[in-house]
Amino acid sequence: MIASNQRTLTQVSVVAVGHVDHGKSTLIGRLLHDTGNLPEQRLNEMRQASERRGVGFEWSFVLDALQSERDQAVTIDTTRIWLRLPGREVVLIDAPGHKEFLRNMVTGASDADAALLVVDAHEGVSEQTRRHALLLELIGVRRAIVAINKMDSVQYSEKRYENIRAELRALLERVGVEASAFVPISARDGDNVARASGRMPWYEGPTILAALLALPGRANSTQEGLRIAVQGVLRRAQERIVVGRIESGSLAAGDDILISPGRRAARVRTIETWPPDGTTRAGAGSSVAFTLEGSPFADRGDIVSDPEHEPALATEIRARFLWLGAEPLRAGRRLTFRFGTRSAAVEVVTLERVIAIDALEQQESGVARCNDVAEAVFKSRYVLTVDDAAAHPSLARFILIDGLDMVGGGTILAALNSAPAREARDLVPSGHLLDSSARAWRNGHRGAVIWLTGLPASGKSTLAMQVERRLFELGFNAYVLDGDNVRAGLCNDLGFSADDRRENVRRVGEVAALFADAGTIAIAAFISPYRSDRERARHAAGPIFHEVFIKADPALCEARDPKGQYQRARAGTLANFTGVTGDYEAPLQPELVIDTGELSVSDATERLLRYVENAVSLEHRG
Amino acid sequence: MDLLDELEARSIAILREAYFRVTPLAMLWSMGKDSTALLWLVRKAFLGIVPFPVVLLDTEMELPEVYAFRDRIAAEWSLDLRNELCPPEASIDPSLPPATRAAARKTAGLRALIEREKYRGIIVGIRRDEQATRAKERVFSPRGADGAWDVKRQPPELWDVYHTGIADGQHLRIHPLLHWTELDVWRYTERENIPFVSLYLTREGMRYRSLGEKNITVPIASNAASLAEIIAELETTITPERAGRVMDHEAEDAFERLRTGGYM
Repeated sequence: MIASNQRTLTQVSVVAVGHVDHGKSTLIGRLLHDTGNLPEQRLNEMRQASERRGVGFEWSFVLDALQSERDQAVTIDTTRIWLRLPGREVVLIDAPGHKEFLRNMVTGASDADAALLVVDAHEGVSEQTRRHALLLELIGVRRAIVAINKMDSVQYSEKRYENIRAELRALLERVGVEASAFVPISARDGDNVARASGRMPWYEGPTILAALLALPGRANSTQEGLRIAVQGVLRRAQERIVVGRIESGSLAAGDDILISPGRRAARVRTIETWPPDGTTRAGAGSSVAFTLEGSPFADRGDIVSDPEHEPALATEIRARFLWLGAEPLRAGRRLTFRFGTRSAAVEVVTLERVIAIDALEQQESGVARCNDVAEAVFKSRYVLTVDDAAAHPSLARFILIDGLDMVGGGTILAALNSAPAREARDLVPSGHLLDSSARAWRNGHRGAVIWLTGLPASGKSTLAMQVERRLFELGFNAYVLDGDNVRAGLCNDLGFSADDRRENVRRVGEVAALFADAGTIAIAAFISPYRSDRERARHAAGPIFHEVFIKADPALCEARDPKGQYQRARAGTLANFTGVTGDYEAPLQPELVIDTGELSVSDATERLLRYVENAVSLEHRG
Repeated sequence: MDLLDELEARSIAILREAYFRVTPLAMLWSMGKDSTALLWLVRKAFLGIVPFPVVLLDTEMELPEVYAFRDRIAAEWSLDLRNELCPPEASIDPSLPPATRAAARKTAGLRALIEREKYRGIIVGIRRDEQATRAKERVFSPRGADGAWDVKRQPPELWDVYHTGIADGQHLRIHPLLHWTELDVWRYTERENIPFVSLYLTREGMRYRSLGEKNITVPIASNAASLAEIIAELETTITPERAGRVMDHEAEDAFERLRTGGYM
């Protein structure tokens, strides 16, 4: 089918902000009407609604659709309206000016490319004007058209206009928002809205409409360096298809990539689309699906980068944010930090300062109240991938969650202890809280018993050691219990009779449970051939017990035979050897099965690592 | 990327967030142009499949062509289609104006469905440009246990970092098409060659611009006989899309009452 319309529409989203009653909604209503975007039917409905309330014609009723908004003549929630102009579509986002509805103002602003800042010529710059200007910068809106409204109330005075313009110019410069025009208007009468006003001949700048048309269009990131926040993995038959949005850079089949924070190297095999169209490359902004060569693991929350531009890894982050929680925020508060597709448990280490709105100056303060803009240091129990706002703004933006509530949002300013993940870090502050959640909190993860069972030479010890090392690198406390270290002391009174072996497994089960209760990930690597013994170990640890069946074909195990035990058992010089002269009862319902005959050591390690990370995670998942 | 590419990429990202974070999940399909385009986007997001049930809130008042379209597409696209019969009008709040009351049957049907299936997420193809109270919606919009929309206390929603935390018994309405316009949907339908019900095209000088149940929707005067002609018509009109939806105009607050009560 041939498209009927080949012209490219450019779209720009503009949020109207400013103090309550300075005339945002009126300006938008007028703009719609004067550009032929307001249907006669809507106009009639508004006339009736105005009459019903015994008020003069209210332009703002176009946007203030809610009964309570109309009755109280105040915008409560943000709304959108589409302004069709020649060659350009402007999505106007009306945001409430009332302080009580600041959360709705930032909601609207976060979707905008630019702002329309409305200031009352008579009242001038107010606290809320300053607050909105500051929030624009925080939310990422860096350009504004300034409408100096109600010029009729100051007799269209050029002097008044100049005074306010000077004040606003200084304000916007200070917060880091670029002003593209300062337009003196009377929204109610339409002066300088869509047509130049004869009442202010001294003004030679653009109308609001002209200023909107002159805004630069939305641009995709041109930043160097690939970034994809992995949303998840789709499965198709045996394939794992990684999906996510390309925040910057591009991705093509054959590209080498790095998956962080695990810093796993991988190569892109295919770009997947439906319907299949042979695409082999995807650019910034696209929602992409791709497969990898081999079976390296990528999962939700990971960041994909190219190897030359990897993100910093850190556990401490300084950030600036708007606090929206009902309770004041102080150091020590635990919250969930969500950015990209990752969420992480964090603690406020220090609340450094809040920005005083009247002077726009930073003040040292240990407490942030609702609607304050503040800066704080957050500490995560996990290694996080951190990008700075200048290079990858979309990945530097975060929201704060407390239980079920969203309580803030802002921008990461810096990674404080940026370092490669392979460096072990001391993540443990002092503290004497002794309930299990406090312990888990201090460690950054829950304790667990990961019980690896399987035939001799099935790969239990190899896997256990690999995973222990990887967990350690990632900041987890993990410890392997195996025959070598328990028989050296704890069980050095035991031999290898059937009874002694059962006692050995019993003791290991109890010790592993204690380790787990103390907050450690105890990885027990024991043949543990009998179901009843393993069930006893499960009983000792409770729900944090995870049975992992290390499955391998018996013939393969015998062929591996790293310690020559199979050979000795076959020769009759090693008695009661599981798999030859002793039975092995395979798990009936293990939490995880790893087939070391099918997977390479590194793939098996990744699979087990993923499982353990998930099992011990404190993260709020979804 | 052009505008349609941008809209598509954003919708796919929203659908994938919903899929990976909210379970169990279902999608409403009315067989109209919007939810059919949305189904197409779901297939793009999940590489050809629709990985959750697709629910029709059935008032048994759809036009025959609409039911025929449902059966054809459900078979061709291998949908896990659930036909949810809505409670009779007699069980609906009698204080509502007549057409609004008829529409509210869907609210009741949806409530019953969620209660029975314990869905935590319902994907709905509404758009902000359709109607002024829909313009105030969030992409992930939490609903109380009774399905009610607390419009005065909506949570903040920043950028595309979505919050999906809800208490037990609550659910999220997920709106992947919120940022699209009527024209965008038709342009996309044309570009992607997405099937649509023929009632949108003119018959003897009339066509449906917005497709609702036969008892509460009226066609508009139009000679648009092809997608290209629909698009050309919409590029010049400023008449609202839902002008043919009786319930929107019965009373000033009719639609707000419907929506705060849990209507889509």
